[in-house]
Amino acid sequence: MATLFFIMLIGAALIWAGVVGLLFYAARKRRTYSEQVAGKVILWGGALFPAVVLAALLSYAVWLMPNVRPWFGTDDPGLRRIEVTGEQFWWRVRYLDQDGAALFETANEIRLPVGERVTFSLTTADVIHSFWIPVLGGKMDMIPGRTNRLSLLAEKPGTYRGVCAEFCGTSHTMMAFTVEAMDPPAYDAWLATRQSTGGQDAEGHALFMKNGCSACHTIAGTDAHGVIGPDLTAFGTRGSVGAGSLGNTADNIARFIREPAKVKPGALMPHYAMLPVAETDRIAGYLKGLQ
Amino acid sequence: MKSFIPREIETLWTLFTAPVVWALHFVICYAAVAIFCAKRLPASFDFDTMRIALFVVTLAALAMIVLAAWLAWRQWGFGADDPPHDEPTKDSRALFQGFATLLLSGLSFMAVVYAAIPLIFIAECQP
Repeated sequence: MATLFFIMLIGAALIWAGVVGLLFYAARKRRTYSEQVAGKVILWGGALFPAVVLAALLSYAVWLMPNVRPWFGTDDPGLRRIEVTGEQFWWRVRYLDQDGAALFETANEIRLPVGERVTFSLTTADVIHSFWIPVLGGKMDMIPGRTNRLSLLAEKPGTYRGVCAEFCGTSHTMMAFTVEAMDPPAYDAWLATRQSTGGQDAEGHALFMKNGCSACHTIAGTDAHGVIGPDLTAFGTRGSVGAGSLGNTADNIARFIREPAKVKPGALMPHYAMLPVAETDRIAGYLKGLQ
Repeated sequence: MKSFIPREIETLWTLFTAPVVWALHFVICYAAVAIFCAKRLPASFDFDTMRIALFVVTLAALAMIVLAAWLAWRQWGFGADDPPHDEPTKDSRALFQGFATLLLSGLSFMAVVYAAIPLIFIAECQP
């Protein structure tokens, strides 16, 4: 993509310089040319030259397309696949194996191996969202009833921000995710060992279960298997609380549990302001401790 | 030979020939690929057959545009007279129309070529 951009940029700069050069040449001194010469300049410079240059650039861009937009089925088996579902107002992320079966699910965080192309299957559970990691490439809409494909390549390790780029409701601006580009060995190790112990805090976990959190949330390695809300496995390592709404601290988690709709208008999670503060704090501490 | 080449007539319809061919070519290309990929007819023929069929359609469209351009060129007097052809006479009107048709034919020719370029590079239907 970057190569395409620079080639287009250089082409545009050369043409611009040529046109401006001609302009200066024409303006510097009064010259007279016959109408035939003027006609020839128009025919060659105004019609044939742009036609040929545009044909070349178009061919080059179209030729690149299979690389930018690969599809499932015909590609090499080593292709990394991630399925992302947009929901109001968070991201359901499933890592897939070679056959397209889900290895595990997580939310609001995507990890990528550096230097390896990853193919995303993008869909939505409710309204139209748009998946966008500005640093890595263009955006792609998530449309109800459709699965769109997008292929991205992270070239440098680091933490990037992804956002929803299509207005999807009141908390559209609070629908972000973190992208962690990792070295391939570290990525593979993370994929293989991504097993949560369920945390060390038995009392926190008991409160989590007692107050019904597990009806909507899953924590791998425990008996919390809800699928309505975001998966909370290894929640403590996430970049944010509430899909980019707040920093990931125990205080913010507790605040979100007590009043999700105040932090994030339109959030579907019910509030738990009726719980004793000590309990919500304990649950928040438990969630922050999930590694 | 004479019977093959249409007589020179004065009508506005000749002006539209090339753009209409361009529009039809565009619709045929896009509709054919869309239907082929939606219906998935793997048993009947593969994508390369579709590619070749559309390539033939493209050649036919280009041939028709070239013919329209040649007729326009003839109407323009093979370039014997220069524009702008703005006299209020029948001759000037015919020349103007011929020249305009010739330019439109050139535009349509390039447009058909551009629309056909993806045919070379497109690999397969996407699921």
